[in-house]
Amino acid sequence: MSSGRGPWRALTTVAAFFGFGLLYVPLLAVAMYSFNTAERGLIWTGFSVRWYIELLADPETSRRAREIREVAVNTLVLGGASTVISTVLGTLLALGMRFPWPSSVSRLLESIVDIPAVAPDITFAAVLVMAFNVLRRVVDHWFEPGMTTMIISHVTFEIAFVTLIVRSRLVAIGPTLSEAAMDLYASPWRHFRRVTLPLLWPAIVGGAMLAFTLSLNDFVISFFTSGPRSVTLPLYVYQSQMRGVRTDLFAISTLLLIGVAASIMILERLTRWRHN
Amino acid sequence: MTEPTVWYGQLTTRRRLLARGFLFIAGGISWLAVFLLLPSLALFVVSFMKRDADGVLIWELTLESFARIFGSASGENARILIRSIVLALIATSASVTLAYPMGFFIARGSRRRRFFWLALVIVPLCTNLVIRTFSWKLLLSAQLMPAKLAAWLGWIDPGRDIYPSWTAVALGLVAASLPFAVVPLYTSIDRLDWSLVEAAQDLYASRLRVFFAAILPQTLPGLSVAVILTFVPAMSVFVVSDMLGGAKHWLIGNLIQHQFGPGRNIPYGAALSLLLIILTLGGVSLYRRNGRSVEIL
Repeated sequence: MSSGRGPWRALTTVAAFFGFGLLYVPLLAVAMYSFNTAERGLIWTGFSVRWYIELLADPETSRRAREIREVAVNTLVLGGASTVISTVLGTLLALGMRFPWPSSVSRLLESIVDIPAVAPDITFAAVLVMAFNVLRRVVDHWFEPGMTTMIISHVTFEIAFVTLIVRSRLVAIGPTLSEAAMDLYASPWRHFRRVTLPLLWPAIVGGAMLAFTLSLNDFVISFFTSGPRSVTLPLYVYQSQMRGVRTDLFAISTLLLIGVAASIMILERLTRWRHN
Repeated sequence: MTEPTVWYGQLTTRRRLLARGFLFIAGGISWLAVFLLLPSLALFVVSFMKRDADGVLIWELTLESFARIFGSASGENARILIRSIVLALIATSASVTLAYPMGFFIARGSRRRRFFWLALVIVPLCTNLVIRTFSWKLLLSAQLMPAKLAAWLGWIDPGRDIYPSWTAVALGLVAASLPFAVVPLYTSIDRLDWSLVEAAQDLYASRLRVFFAAILPQTLPGLSVAVILTFVPAMSVFVVSDMLGGAKHWLIGNLIQHQFGPGRNIPYGAALSLLLIILTLGGVSLYRRNGRSVEIL
């Protein structure tokens, strides 16, 4: 591979490092200041791991540790529940879409599935607010802002992404193996268990992982649909930063970053292990 | 409908097949119908409704909300709209411009290196935008180097933060969109047929000509995904402008959020949301018609 010579190559390198700088210099500053001894503000007073220890303090005695634990649990419950529901619904939807629908129906299905992938998240949030406003009039206290409304909202935008991934895999698999299984008198269920599902499994897992990442990454939709008792991590960081810069927020952010980096490394290891 | 057909090697009738297909899609479709399609319709209807002083909707058709967007008394709103479009265009073009060299840089390395640099792009992509914007807020604070440098150059008053300002919003927006541009462009650059580039070089094409004639057409699919993935969020962003801008730096996202929150003007918020959808989908389809179809992701 030859990507040009001399100055051209140097120029791309400089530009690339500028780009990586835009991504990482702020994050490195956060990591650095998470070791500051001062509770708030940006004056460097000394190195300590105090804020990391305090995050893990006894929730009975430390109000902040209790808050953080509650917020972390909320985030994981939201991510987990919405991932499970959207993976099931999205996979079924993808499986159902390959049936021989009239072309108008299948075009309609395709555009419905495309909406969440292209719609701006703030209009998506506005639509969900409308939904809960209307539904609240029909069934009373089910749709009060809180964990339920947040899970519903996250499922609604995650379904489409799961469907898109599973569907593209289904198209890639094609009908030949299923036809072979049927020719060998496999029952529909057996054929699904032994042929379709194993072939589809990587796409289902991939879709679920994407759904979980999307859920963790979402702020706007959570912001619109959350209630006072269903604060998730992004909401917590947002609310706290309004009250000024606090060192323990840096520690939380750093931990999250390390968590993301670690899970990407682990995923890469796992997939490489599969290949071998 | 009842004549026998063969589907995936199975002898059946079309009606039976569709009944089975319906069972598969029923759950997902009814979910999307209840929480997405019908409410979108409601949003459309509500944008033509009135509200009283407490924000309660009144069943009365009016064009008030749309008049408020486009009417003569809407100087500030029009400015917010234009600002949003301009900033989204800046963010998109800046991140695509940076994403090209980054894509080449990543594609240059060995397999292990490539994974390392690509992971460096994906880590921010998987990190919450609130946290990344918060990190910019820290970096642009008065006590740190960038603000000191800017003060020394006379761009800001000494001892002041760089935020709230348009510079801060633009920086945060570019940094937020950058990974979305790098990943699809890298995928295209990785598959480049370098023999075409070499042929262009052998024919003494200038560097710019090589790029526009031999590289750009090959990376068009990745480029169109990159543009869509950066433009749509940049149009609707409100976290970045809220945290790095503030009350004087509103974009359309902040305006919508305000109507659904403290502004208590849901019809107006609904009308603005409709406008945002039209603007982004219009931009996307215009782009798609000129570019090629979007297949890779």
